[in-house]
Amino acid sequence: MTNQTESLPLLPLANKPRLASFSRWRHLIAYLFVLPYFLVMLAFGLGPGLYALVLSFADFSTGLPKYFAAGFGNYLAVFNEFRFSFTFVNIGKFLVISVPLGIAMVIILAILLQMRPGPLSTALRTLYFISGAVTGPVLVLIAIFMLDPSISPFQALLKGMGFQLTNDVIYSGSLPVIFTLLGFFSGAGMWIAIQYGALEAIPTEVLEAATIDGANAWQKALFIKFPLIRPYVIYQFILIFAGNVQLFVEPQILGGGNNLGVGGNVPTVWSPNQLAYNFAFEMGNFGAASALSLILLATGLGAAYLIIRWTGFFNIEN
Amino acid sequence: MSKIDTLRPDSRPSLLLRWKHFRMRTAGDIGILGFGLRWGVLLLFAAYFFVPLLWLVLATSKSAPQLLELKPLAFGSFQRIQEAWQRIIEYQDGEVLLWASNSIRYAIWALTLSLAISIPAGYILAVARFPGRRLLLWLTLITMLLPPSALVLPMFMELNLFHLINTQWAVILPSAFFPFGTYLTYIYYASSLPPDLLDAARVDGCSEAELFWHIALPLATPLLGLLAFINFNTNWNNFFGPYVLLNDDTLFNLPVGIQQFVLATSALRPGFNPSPGVMVGYQQAEAALFGLIMVVPVAIVFLIAQRYVIGGAFTGSVKG
Repeated sequence: MTNQTESLPLLPLANKPRLASFSRWRHLIAYLFVLPYFLVMLAFGLGPGLYALVLSFADFSTGLPKYFAAGFGNYLAVFNEFRFSFTFVNIGKFLVISVPLGIAMVIILAILLQMRPGPLSTALRTLYFISGAVTGPVLVLIAIFMLDPSISPFQALLKGMGFQLTNDVIYSGSLPVIFTLLGFFSGAGMWIAIQYGALEAIPTEVLEAATIDGANAWQKALFIKFPLIRPYVIYQFILIFAGNVQLFVEPQILGGGNNLGVGGNVPTVWSPNQLAYNFAFEMGNFGAASALSLILLATGLGAAYLIIRWTGFFNIEN
Repeated sequence: MSKIDTLRPDSRPSLLLRWKHFRMRTAGDIGILGFGLRWGVLLLFAAYFFVPLLWLVLATSKSAPQLLELKPLAFGSFQRIQEAWQRIIEYQDGEVLLWASNSIRYAIWALTLSLAISIPAGYILAVARFPGRRLLLWLTLITMLLPPSALVLPMFMELNLFHLINTQWAVILPSAFFPFGTYLTYIYYASSLPPDLLDAARVDGCSEAELFWHIALPLATPLLGLLAFINFNTNWNNFFGPYVLLNDDTLFNLPVGIQQFVLATSALRPGFNPSPGVMVGYQQAEAALFGLIMVVPVAIVFLIAQRYVIGGAFTGSVKG
């Protein structure tokens, strides 16, 4: 992570002993500054998390929670649920496709844009960025239109691939690809802008030195720019993985509970988060819903932890 | 006479030289093949990002048969847009306007509360050393990684304990927790606020609160822009929270409202027979216009905020 400290001098005060001896009075003031934040963190971050932990061991068979009565019963119920493996295989496929592809394309586009700054490059970056304004229900709405071979502006492409009806395009097996396309449409512009900013922050001397050493633009991109923005790439990986694992809105609207959905071929419960929702609000088993939420949470955190340990990212102090 | 004139007889560049100039001007050191490849990829993705939005705008001008008959990117008529607007406004006695005002109210509350809470916290985490500081930083990082949807179910039960379900506070209060804002503020001040500046002000008799208000905050304009953008965007588009925590349709925000509307639009659901709750009269144009009502405000915010996203997190330094 030496690269990061070179381009981004984080915490210049970390090693100044003067500040380490902050007076007791100032400690008190510092606590006043963080107190409201700590309270909302407790109420809406840690609190619900811990409450979920308690509920995951509660028995809901009578409708009211009996705390600690279920033991690991809720976890077993989740693992034995017949849709458990279905939803996890689905989300697994989605992650395997969306995360590497999304990150690779964002970096490629950011590097291509930043290679030759100018009005055209700025205009394109804005164009990519603006579609980030589309999320959630509107994103699904656009997807329904774009994937309908009879009205889509991409109908030539769709028909060329042999699709005639929306239901030929949108079905359980195609959803990992469709959600990847949707996620990229909505999220990539933001990340392209962030990575563009990271590329801009690379000191020009470094790039000039490479030019003098005879590196062409492609070599500079691959061997100098990419390694220097690596911390931001890892940051992107963590946030995208944690976000994608929680997929809910898109399949929920496409499959829509109670057969109110749009895609006729989309099952009501497709992603693990939907299954948790189903446990809670269709089956009334909040214990199993909490257990499943925690399993998902642990998956996201586990991946983040592995990446942080593996790369040393966030190790910005000491 | 200048040098140019003396060179004039043979100054007309050869074809080869002109080609080389052209190449340097257009392609530079990426090569002519690279030049083509670069623009090919960039324009392909421009179509990917732009065509769906363009289509959505044009779709508001077309009737259902026109959508099938006309070219996908053809324009229908202004009259149809006006018709679609009328029908949306009349949908359930103007509920759309109510949802829009709810959306605005929730977003403003969230913005005010979360920035007022997270910026002082991030600032003090950066400039002060106190017991528990590292723990708070780690908890911020961890909670930042948890997307809100993970916490919605336990939040439902927690808010239920306090009888806040199905009130506007069920949406507003949780949005006050904005760990991303605290973390970004922390990085910003830690990397760009010279400690000597604060020391100098302390010597001059500035209190800690005055330091924050008169020195730190005015230096953070780019950061404020970035945070306001991220926060507004997140809350304007918040679907999962209101979807789970609200039942009363007069409390819905636009995302939940549009989901209701889409489900009520039979034209979008060819696979199903209209059931009693489905209104047959609505077509794609209405749905598209509804989508635009939600997207356009955010798109404007996006246009304004782009420079903060590029600059805010990295170069918002006060060193210059």
